[in-house]
Amino acid sequence: MGTLRYILQRLFYGLILITGVVVLNFFLIHAAPGDAAEVIAGEMGGITEEMMAEIRANYGLDQPILVQLGLYLSQILRGDLGMSYHFNQPVTTLIGQRVGATILLALSAQVLAMVLGVVLGVLAARKPQGILSGFVSVFSTVGYAAPVFWTGLMLVVLFSVVVPIFPVEGMISARFRGDAFDYALNVLHHLVLPASTLAILFLAQYARLSRAAMIEVLGADYVRTARAKGLGEWRVTFHHALRNAVLPILTVAGIQFGNLISGALLVETVFNWPGMGRLAFDSVLRRDYPTLLGVLFFASAVVVIANLLTDLSYRLADPRIRTGGR
Amino acid sequence: MARIHTAKPTATKTPEAISPMGEAWGQFLRNRPAVFGLVLLAAIVAFVLYGRYGFAGDPYRIVWGPLTAPGVREGVYLGTDFLGRDLLTGLLKGGAPTLAVGISAAFLTVVIGIAVGALAGFFGGWMDDLLMRLTEFFQVLPALLFAMVLVTLFSPSLFTISFAIGIVSWPPTARLTRAEFLRIRELEYVTAARSIGASNRRIIWRVILPNALPPLIVSATLTVGVAILFEAGLSFLGLGDPNTISWGLMIGQNRGYLLEAWWPVAIPGIAIFLTVFAVSLVGDGLNDAFNPKLRSR
Repeated sequence: MGTLRYILQRLFYGLILITGVVVLNFFLIHAAPGDAAEVIAGEMGGITEEMMAEIRANYGLDQPILVQLGLYLSQILRGDLGMSYHFNQPVTTLIGQRVGATILLALSAQVLAMVLGVVLGVLAARKPQGILSGFVSVFSTVGYAAPVFWTGLMLVVLFSVVVPIFPVEGMISARFRGDAFDYALNVLHHLVLPASTLAILFLAQYARLSRAAMIEVLGADYVRTARAKGLGEWRVTFHHALRNAVLPILTVAGIQFGNLISGALLVETVFNWPGMGRLAFDSVLRRDYPTLLGVLFFASAVVVIANLLTDLSYRLADPRIRTGGR
Repeated sequence: MARIHTAKPTATKTPEAISPMGEAWGQFLRNRPAVFGLVLLAAIVAFVLYGRYGFAGDPYRIVWGPLTAPGVREGVYLGTDFLGRDLLTGLLKGGAPTLAVGISAAFLTVVIGIAVGALAGFFGGWMDDLLMRLTEFFQVLPALLFAMVLVTLFSPSLFTISFAIGIVSWPPTARLTRAEFLRIRELEYVTAARSIGASNRRIIWRVILPNALPPLIVSATLTVGVAILFEAGLSFLGLGDPNTISWGLMIGQNRGYLLEAWWPVAIPGIAIFLTVFAVSLVGDGLNDAFNPKLRSR
């Protein structure tokens, strides 16, 4: 019961946050100099005052601002994010075609970064003054300081000019033919560089964090007890210690989701990955506000959902929270 | 933190009084990576200041053929970009806007973060609830995307870019400030200040804030690095100020020629990397210096 109620509570709260994003979106469009009619007029070339007035009426731009807000909210509630000025397609369609690619990229990078980072951090924690520890400290500062898009561009040079073993552009080969399995392999092949680029940025942080958490946990009494019972080093490290060090890592994974999306945006632009980031980039160039705001709305929703899932996994990982021990 | 440190016997000579800041500074100087970072940062700042005030070159002037490799022609040490403009001149002139955006955005971040965090932590109750919900709201918005929207809507200039970065980056600072205020407001010297009739404003500014400063200084330092990376990202996406050359803009403009020439992209990237690297080393060093408990690690 407690968990169900908790989920409902979080869902409700997430909805409020997303509504907030929508309202913010709305006021941003209105605060900006120039309105939709002018942008459309710009796209169409020369235009008369009468046509401008007609466009304004069509888009409801002649109504009072609160009425417009109401219209906008009810429109979004019906799953309509408006029409793209540039692509002349519903924004939801455009995003629907691309959201999968972004999630694939972001999740692979997140998993890659977490697994490698935790393994590195755990190994480093076993010898806090050792070479690996020093490497983790240096690497985490270096990985963080290099702009992610720049790392990507350097990898593009490396893998297209020096050792051309991974494709550097797109998600699937041009003129691809083959069955579903070949398709998956082909996508995976294209995924290697973008996912690695994005993972480098976060890997270092996870390594550093799990190193610190493990050093702390390895000094705890129950680890000494486990060792005193004569358990092997591996079992103590991975079974007893890591389980307790995982909570701070999960917390950071949840906080990172927004940054992960921001990073994916840049990486997609570098590798021409057909996701929401590419779409945002294209709509910025074309001043296509409905699409840009749609992407912002959708990306925020993804972050809210990811946070919700993190909270839930937190409850699964820590029995103290599940039983409501406040 | 469950470790017990056995007290070492202290020196018999009465030690001279050292201020906490002085002690932290001494600690900082014993930290080799931190000192390296500080020296590197000083060198970069000197390079940028020389470029801004001492160097007369024009970064927009075409000096030789486009995409000349570094060292091929005498006097064009780092090569040229896609239009044949000198990259070294670009680095010298592009540093000031990059650092200016980084520093002003970090300043804005810290001001908003401290204001929100201090009010929430000090007053608690509905004020805390309201401000923390606001903070969570801004944490849900993907920062880069939101900054893109702001800059697109209000046209790119150094001011709008700094403003956008500041607006999206303050939540971590606010949380940190709030946590510090929550901790410190229960301490005895705050009760003492209240009992002699100090006003809320005085307690916030003169009693709590100075004691909350060390972690905030660390966070402000690291924020400068984040803001520089942010500016570079926006410029790369074509949202930089098109009229002002910056390191990020140099990468963005030369990106299309990457496969013919890597250096116009690589070199400004190295400049950004070194700057953020130096700032992070200094920030980490300050963190260790202010936290005696972590020093043993």
